[in-house]
Amino acid sequence: MNPRVLMCGNDAMSEAAVRAGCRYYFGYPITPQNEVTAYMARRMPEVGGTFIQAESEIAAINMVFGAAAVGARAMTSSSSPGISLKQEGISYLCGCELPAVIANVVRGGPGLGSIGPSQADYFQATRGGGHGDYRTIALAPSTVQELVDLTFLAFGLTEKYRNPALILSDGILGQMMEPVTLPDMADAEPPPKEWALTGAKNRSPRVIKSLYLDVTRLEKHNFKLREKYRRIEEEETRFEEFRMRDAEVVLVAYGSVARICRAAVRQAREAGEKVGLFRPITVWPFPYEALARAADTARLFLSLEMSLGQMVEDVKLAVAGRRPVRFYGRTGGCVIALEEVVKEIKKLREEIS
Amino acid sequence: MMEEGNERSRRERPQDSPERNVLGRTPSLKDVPTHFCAGCGHGIVHRMIAEIVDELGIRERVVGISPVGCAVIGYDYWDFDVSEAAHGRPPAVATGMKRARPDLIIFTYQGDGDLAAIGTAELIHTANRGENITIVFVNNAVYGMTGGQMAPTTLEEQVTKTTPVGRIVSDCGAPLKVPEMISPFPGTKYLARTALNSPKNIMTAKRCVKKAFKCQIDGVGFSLVEILSPCPTYWRVSPLDALKWIEEKMIPYFPLGEIKTP
Repeated sequence: MNPRVLMCGNDAMSEAAVRAGCRYYFGYPITPQNEVTAYMARRMPEVGGTFIQAESEIAAINMVFGAAAVGARAMTSSSSPGISLKQEGISYLCGCELPAVIANVVRGGPGLGSIGPSQADYFQATRGGGHGDYRTIALAPSTVQELVDLTFLAFGLTEKYRNPALILSDGILGQMMEPVTLPDMADAEPPPKEWALTGAKNRSPRVIKSLYLDVTRLEKHNFKLREKYRRIEEEETRFEEFRMRDAEVVLVAYGSVARICRAAVRQAREAGEKVGLFRPITVWPFPYEALARAADTARLFLSLEMSLGQMVEDVKLAVAGRRPVRFYGRTGGCVIALEEVVKEIKKLREEIS
Repeated sequence: MMEEGNERSRRERPQDSPERNVLGRTPSLKDVPTHFCAGCGHGIVHRMIAEIVDELGIRERVVGISPVGCAVIGYDYWDFDVSEAAHGRPPAVATGMKRARPDLIIFTYQGDGDLAAIGTAELIHTANRGENITIVFVNNAVYGMTGGQMAPTTLEEQVTKTTPVGRIVSDCGAPLKVPEMISPFPGTKYLARTALNSPKNIMTAKRCVKKAFKCQIDGVGFSLVEILSPCPTYWRVSPLDALKWIEEKMIPYFPLGEIKTP
């Protein structure tokens, strides 16, 4: 067991990536993820890897594309406005079925927004984000330790499925310090890939492409992608249930908001109220089935987000009209306070009593 | 007898010494019909690259990057590893490839819109970092794939779909001279401009592109060769007049020659 160390989320995520075997990091400065570029600039040369401060987020994601195309393990990170710029590249990565890990330390939007923490990029992360029919695996940690674990996992998933994996962090998680146990160093040499461009030696040439001018061929390609997405939905959906067994009011929250909700659930339970927390760990694939099962016994759902209400749509899809679904959110970089959650719970208790 | 003779010469084609392959098809060029318009220069450049790859014996370690535009399906012609890239992004993709696999020979094949309009930032910074890659820049002064719009290299007064009265410099800016633009960067090592308007110039172009590849193989650094290439379709002229147009209109503005050598 590795020793516990105190690290801020952005540093911990970077080190987890290195330990997952990432040796190519391409980034561009943006707050609140700047610790990642600084960490990687120092750390990559230490482990024989490459760091490039790209001229833009667009260049960075395309450098990731290039490294991935030749079979290397590569990563980029940014924050909301920068992630918007990367969407072109993410769409191409999906179309070309290339692995890549992309971390979004989400900040307030739209536009330049604020540098405060936010969850307003949920739609972008879970609905594809760029143009075309695709999905990206989206992992939403709620502690620095989970940020480490899910970053490590992201590299495994992206290679397994040949599909980009997103880490949905935010300004709180990226900046806060918590004790973490880091994983052991994984093999830096990724396994050989039967599709990577390594030079056509003793084999026929390989092509990495997303262009299919024959529409029926593109449809076939997209159907193939859909099958992959179904497999990911079946095998990789992750969530956590906290005090859910007899919960009448179910809070649904992910990421740093889930931390606050957990405290609110504890407080409510101490007062004898039947409140539970359902926390999606993968926001795509979203744990629809598990949440639907919760609707068998729960009486009311409350989606809490640092946005104007985005995940609430998935909660409604899962609950499918069987129970009321309410929403509470703060936006623009403002954080939901514990008292606000407690107050919301009280309102809902009155509603169902 | 005739047929036998042909069969024999085909059999004896010296595949392992492609530099003697005067009339045959070099191994790195697939035996497929061309999809390009009559008089288009892309086929010449495709073949030129395939020949160079074989002459340098790098087919097993070369990776090409296809642009967005007319030449996107370069992989339909080249018999080696090729990747597509988003519009204008080939230099960034090449950077990622070369940094991850310095043993591979990485080249991008880009048109004027791809390289000098949407991809200008990637071009400039890749060149300035001195990435050890090769860019083959096909300048035909127009967007082909999308139907003949103004390119950053469209000449003054040249009529295109989006410059119906001709390019007006005070409105659209002057045509960009790419090698000259990046030549002051210490990171750029070999820069040249060539043309496809005559057999002599085509041979010069091939020599320059080969030099650019050698520059990369020898680890010298960033190389780019611009090739002035005919687009009779969107210049609205015959293939022969297109060659004349290169000589009379393009070359005076885009002077030929080596702009920078190591």
